[in-house]
Amino acid sequence: MSGKGKTAQEEKIATGKNGKPILTGARILWECLEREGVTDVFGYPGGAILPAYDALKYSKIHHILVRHEQGATHMADGYARATGKVGVAIATSGPGATNMVTGIATAMMDSSPIVCITGQVGSKLVGSDAFQETDITGVTLPITKHNYLVTHADEVAHAVREAFFIAKSGRPGPVLIDITKDAQQSSCEFDYEAAEPKMRGYRPDHSPAKEEVQKALELIRAAKNPVILAGHGITLSGAEHEVQAFAEKACIPVAMTLLGLGGLPASHFLNLGMMGMHGEAWVNDAIQNADLLLAFGMRFDDRVTGNLKTYALNAKKIHIDIDPAEINKNVKVDVALVGDLRQILQELLPQLEPANHTDWIDQVRKMKGDSAVRDIQNLPDSGHLYAAHVINDLWHETRGQDTIVVTDVGQHQMWEAQYYKHETPRSLITSGGLGTMGFALPAGVGAKVARPEADVWVVAGDGGFQMTMCELATIVQENLNVNIAIINNGYLGMVRQWQEFFYDRNYEATPLLSPNFVKLGEAFGIRSIAVSKRADVIPTVRAARAHKGPVLIDFQVEQEDTVYPMVPAGASLGDMIRRPNPLEETAMDE
Amino acid sequence: MMNTLVVYVENKPGVLSRVVSLFRRRNFNIDSLTVGRTEKPDVSRMTIVVEGDTDQVRRIVANVYKLVNVLLVDDITNKPALIRDLALIKVNAPQATRSQILDIANVFKARVLDIAVESITMEMTGGEEKVDRLLEILAPFGLLEVVRTGVVAMRRGTSTVVPTAQEQSTPAAARQHDPTVSYSV
Repeated sequence: MSGKGKTAQEEKIATGKNGKPILTGARILWECLEREGVTDVFGYPGGAILPAYDALKYSKIHHILVRHEQGATHMADGYARATGKVGVAIATSGPGATNMVTGIATAMMDSSPIVCITGQVGSKLVGSDAFQETDITGVTLPITKHNYLVTHADEVAHAVREAFFIAKSGRPGPVLIDITKDAQQSSCEFDYEAAEPKMRGYRPDHSPAKEEVQKALELIRAAKNPVILAGHGITLSGAEHEVQAFAEKACIPVAMTLLGLGGLPASHFLNLGMMGMHGEAWVNDAIQNADLLLAFGMRFDDRVTGNLKTYALNAKKIHIDIDPAEINKNVKVDVALVGDLRQILQELLPQLEPANHTDWIDQVRKMKGDSAVRDIQNLPDSGHLYAAHVINDLWHETRGQDTIVVTDVGQHQMWEAQYYKHETPRSLITSGGLGTMGFALPAGVGAKVARPEADVWVVAGDGGFQMTMCELATIVQENLNVNIAIINNGYLGMVRQWQEFFYDRNYEATPLLSPNFVKLGEAFGIRSIAVSKRADVIPTVRAARAHKGPVLIDFQVEQEDTVYPMVPAGASLGDMIRRPNPLEETAMDE
Repeated sequence: MMNTLVVYVENKPGVLSRVVSLFRRRNFNIDSLTVGRTEKPDVSRMTIVVEGDTDQVRRIVANVYKLVNVLLVDDITNKPALIRDLALIKVNAPQATRSQILDIANVFKARVLDIAVESITMEMTGGEEKVDRLLEILAPFGLLEVVRTGVVAMRRGTSTVVPTAQEQSTPAAARQHDPTVSYSV
């Protein structure tokens, strides 16, 4: 057997009638992945994918053994979000494939480019309920951008090349390739060039209609109180510079969605902060009082609009999005520019008239006035540790450096969004659309593999962490220097908060008994520390950053803290539940 | 409001289930769907009748375009088009009413395919409403069995929008056909 990384030529492989090497489908798979620039894949072997694993010996690609296939998909997703490159996950048929479903749906909702490869039972057995057979292309039909069932070796190259092209072009998304065992085992002539994607029905087009561009410019010219709504599309299209230039030239304040954070530096004078359910009150008020909304690569999710019947009623709306199916889906807009955000802004910028909206910006600043919930000073400092303290101190210690924070889902996620000030795109990785608990740890692994030089912080609640904590073993096996901050409040905090507000404080099934996280981390061979005092946060964060190797910190925080402000689901964006007077709260705690 | 969409798709396995899955997933209500081969072996053609207002139909079209195997969507709701539904109708026809039923079939230009002792089976082709009307009139005699294909549709005149393989359905070419739809995904 030949060694790792040996090329077909070096091995004197037989050639076909076109003079190209004859290879197995399994080997073609790895060859194609290499040519797509793949260096790392996240996977878990099993019967139907074994031929592919056997052929890994010919490839330079590094395989990271995960502990659960869901982890593999989140890792591929984290890898993709950290870099913009396509992340790759691989699993066997049946349960291996179905375990990927949550990760695929997560990537679909947040437009993350991943390619998932699954083994399938032999093509003769497909449809017979064979051992570990699942119709995974059927299962994933509504949660993939596209998927393939490959039953012959000579279809492998086409499928892989098309999958990568589809995953990363247009509005990115997950693509699944299901390859039968016999397609992996049988051989054919491998002609990479001949397998160039030719998809008649797939035409990503990035050119909005000219009339619409002029209409948009007119609306911008006429606006007195405009607000830009900055979404994930900024990061996906790499439009951060264009957005900043646009906002500055037209003097328009910018409100951020959760996935938009980092699209404009948090410290920028036009950056208002996050909008939506747990956005800042003045940001939502600014949106409600605006006369023009410019939606940049965002999709008016219910978590940012609140009740649609009362949403920004006096505002004209310009929607720039790459996906025509998003136009007028939730919010009826006046002008739609369909295409790549960066290209459209580049087209708009020279035609944009410089403007001055200082009156409006002053008005928004006045709204901010007393509602500075973001001000860490206002948090009660009663000797208890608050999650906001942890996030604030973590930000303080890691700001200005190459840091990626990867969060899970729940209260800590919202506090992170509120208190960690993101200055650059791809510095926050979080599951927005699907809200997938268990996302953070594996996605953090993916981010670290993608950007080993970055300081990766996994921030997870005690609930979500336990959903995928098996991946601690992956971190140790791969010797990844990932820092893990568990925001441990002994509850499924966000659910508890909903019970507090909307279910008469009936804390059903939300108190959470957790293992001793320090002992747990140590059992995996990870340096682990518990922190329960504010004064210990910064020294521990520093120690973790100095330590070569992963560190787990169990931040034991105030148990019944609440994320403020909050727009209850379905309520108008202006109707926010605000944090009670901080002084009263301090008094209560004492 | 009912809308008629002609959808050209690549003739590949599983494409029908992708289209149907999309309608289900997006909660669009299909009234009828037919699929068949075309004059080009690599292109299948669907005629989908779907309920919705203008905005909803625009969203449906945009979503259908997101399917990788979809080549072209032609909304012919408000365009001059030939729309045909085919029904096989088996109606209760004892001696006493037989000639009456045959007269009705004759008026509607329905073709009688089979006459048995107690029944007549006829084939009716026409617009949906015409077929509805025939069924309404035959109902009092006793409908034993009815099957309808759902509509197939084609634009009037010589113009055709069926994409050829050479065209590769470029956005520009597709735009000429309908400038209001963008083809990005």
